[in-house]
Amino acid sequence: MVDHKPDKAERPARGLSVDEGSGGSAMMKLISEVILSNVTRYGCGGVTLRELDDSGSIVVGDLEIVLTTDAHTIKPIFFPGGDIGSLAASGTLNDVSVMGVKPRAISFSMVVEEGFSKDDLSRIVRSFNGVLEEVGVDLITGDTKVLEKGDIDGVVVTTSAIGVTQKGRIVRDSGIRPGDIIIISGSVGDHGISILSVREGFDFQLETKSDVGPIWEVVEAALEAAGTEGVRAMKDPTRGGLSNALNELAEKSGVGMEVREEEIPIRQDIASAAEMLGVDPLSVTNEGKAIIAVDPELSDDVLAALRRTRRGRDAAIIGRAVADHVGEVVMETKVGGKRLLERPIGDPAPRIC
Amino acid sequence: MDLSRFQDRSLVQRAAQVLRKLAPDEELRFMHVCGTHENTITRYGIRSMIPDSIRVIPGPGCPVCVTSTSEIDQAIEIASRGTTVYTYGDMFGVPGTRSSLKQARAQGARVRVVYSLSDAIKISRESEEPGVFFAIGFETTAPTTASAVLSGVPEGFSFLVAHRLIPPALTSLLDMGRIELDGLICPGHVSTIIGANAYRVFAEKYGIPVAISGFEPLDVILSLVDLVRQHKDGAPRVFNEYSRCVRPEGNRRALEMMSEVFEVRDAEWRGIGTLPMSGLGLRDGYADLDAARIYRVKTNSRQSMPPGCRCSEVLLGTCSPTECPLFGSACTPARPVGPCMVSGEGTCRIWFQYGGYQKW
Repeated sequence: MVDHKPDKAERPARGLSVDEGSGGSAMMKLISEVILSNVTRYGCGGVTLRELDDSGSIVVGDLEIVLTTDAHTIKPIFFPGGDIGSLAASGTLNDVSVMGVKPRAISFSMVVEEGFSKDDLSRIVRSFNGVLEEVGVDLITGDTKVLEKGDIDGVVVTTSAIGVTQKGRIVRDSGIRPGDIIIISGSVGDHGISILSVREGFDFQLETKSDVGPIWEVVEAALEAAGTEGVRAMKDPTRGGLSNALNELAEKSGVGMEVREEEIPIRQDIASAAEMLGVDPLSVTNEGKAIIAVDPELSDDVLAALRRTRRGRDAAIIGRAVADHVGEVVMETKVGGKRLLERPIGDPAPRIC
Repeated sequence: MDLSRFQDRSLVQRAAQVLRKLAPDEELRFMHVCGTHENTITRYGIRSMIPDSIRVIPGPGCPVCVTSTSEIDQAIEIASRGTTVYTYGDMFGVPGTRSSLKQARAQGARVRVVYSLSDAIKISRESEEPGVFFAIGFETTAPTTASAVLSGVPEGFSFLVAHRLIPPALTSLLDMGRIELDGLICPGHVSTIIGANAYRVFAEKYGIPVAISGFEPLDVILSLVDLVRQHKDGAPRVFNEYSRCVRPEGNRRALEMMSEVFEVRDAEWRGIGTLPMSGLGLRDGYADLDAARIYRVKTNSRQSMPPGCRCSEVLLGTCSPTECPLFGSACTPARPVGPCMVSGEGTCRIWFQYGGYQKW
C-alpha cells in the first residue's frame, strides 16, 4: 500500500494527471487519444510510431537507422548508484540497444532552473560522459535553456540517440513465439526501490543502489550467441517494472508467458527495503537491465554469454512463452501456487526516472 | 522468529497434498475476515493449489471498507470547518456520501495523512492546534487508541472513534443468515489481542470449525487442513494455528485498557447494516476526548456504497471482485468507485494487484 504524501498539492480534476505520465495503462490511453489519433505521419518501412516499441526506425537504402528519445525528470538528481546524467545517457542508449542495434550518437538537451549550481551541472555532464565512454557513443549536438526560478524544478534533461544497422536486422517487441525462453539480464527492482528508499529517508546498513547503466555489452553478447534470428525480442523493463514489460511483450507478440517467481533475481537488500516500503520490486523501474526472449535451442548459450559480461553476470532464465492465455503472464509463486502477474497501473512514485 | 519455514515451498506443497487427499467431494465454504489473509492467499496463488471443492471466501475483513459513511462524513465536516483531521493513507481516498477526505482537502479542508497515531500526536503537539484522529480499525488498533487516551494527549486533541469488533459482527451475520459457512479462518492480529477463546462461541454454539491462522502461506494451508479434519470428524473446535503469537486469553493488558476506555455499542458496517454490539465508543468519562461529542457535526449521510458499487456483496463473500461489472474497468485503484478498491486490505484492490483467482 502506498500512502499519499501529506504535502503534495492536489491537481485539478480535468487536466492531465500524474498517472498519465507514469508509464502504465493510463499513459497508454493518453498516447492513444492525444498522440496516435492526431498524427498522420508516423513512419513507414521501419519501426513506426504505432508500434510503440522502445525506438523507432527508418530505412535508408540498405541501412536502417534507429532513433529514440527520452526526458529525464528524476528527483533526487543525485542518488546512490548514479545521477540524472548517467540515467539520461543509459536510459536512451538502452532503448536503442534493445532493438539489437549499437548506439552511435546522442544529443543532450537541458532545461535548467535559474540558480542551479554550475558545479552540479558539470558533475552531471561528466557522469553522462562516463556512460558514453563505456559504450563508445558520441555526443554530437545539444540544447540549453535556463528558466526563471520556480518555472521548472531543478533540471530536466532530454536525450535522443541513434544507431545504424542493416535493413531489417532489428529486434522488435513482437517477435516472440511459443516455446521461446525468457531471460532477465540481472536483478530487478534496484532502481525504483533504491530511489523510493532515499525519498523515505531509509537508513540501512547496506545502502540500496540504483542499477543505472548501459546494457549494450549485454545485448551484444546475446546477439553474438544467437544472432538477430535467435534473439526474438528484447525490452528494457523501465516504468512499470518487469511486470509491465513482460505483459507488453506478451501482448505485442501474441503469446502467453509463464514465469517462476523463484527464478527472478532480486537482491536481498532490495527485497528487504521493498518489504518495508510495501512496494513490489516487480512493478518498479529498472535502469540497467534487459529482458531477452530467445530461441529455446540457443538459450543456454545466450545465458552463458550474458553471465560473462559485467552487467549481465546475474542473468537468469525466468520463464518461457506459451501458446495459452495469450497476452497474459502467469507466475508460479515461491510456494508453487499460480497467479497472474498483472500490469501495475503505473510506477508507485512520480519522477522516478 | 524465522518465518522462512512458513514460506518453504516443499512444506507448503506437502501440506497442500495432505489437503487434497483429505478434501471431501462436497463443496466446503471457509470464510476469512482479514485483508492480510486475502493478500497472502492471492499473492501466493493459494487458491490454485487447493482442491476446487474448498472455497476460501473473503469476508468483511477490511476495516476501511466497513467504516460507515456517516463517520467518514463527520471526519470531512470537521476538517472542512478548520480542525485538522489525522487519517491513515488508506482512508484518505475512500468516498463518503458526497466526497472523500482527499477531495475535501483539495477544497481546502484540513486533512493530514499519517502512518500512525503517535505521528498524529507528535504533529499535533508541535502545531499547538486542536486535532482529531480518525480512529478506525478492528481490535488490533483499538488498544493503541486506548493506550493514548490513558497516557494523555496534547491539549485540543480528540478521537473520532470508529473501531469495529469482529466476533460480534460474525455472530450477528450468522444469526441473520447473511453468511453461511462450513469453517472460519480467524484473523491473526485481532486474535493476538482478543485471544483464541474469543472464538469458542462459533464452535460451541454454531457448530462451525474454527482455525486461527498466521499470515504465511504454510499457516493458511495448515489451517485449511485442520478445518477439513474438524468438518469430517464432526467435532468443531478452535484450532490455534497461530499459537506462536496468539494465547488463549489474548493480551490481558490490551483488553483491560480497551475496557477502561471504551464501551461496546451497536455500529453500522457500511453496505452491510447495523450490527448489534459490534463497535466501540469512548465512555462518558472520556467525553472530553470524543470528537463526535465535541464537534457535534450533523451529516446527511447515505448509508451505502457508491452507486453501482458491489462492495457490500464482496464484503459478505457473495460476489467476487471479478463478478462486479465495474472491476478493472470503471473501478481501478487509480480511479476507485468503492472502498474495496481503495484500501490495501480491500478484496478488490488485492485482486486487482495480484491477478485474482483464476481457474487453471
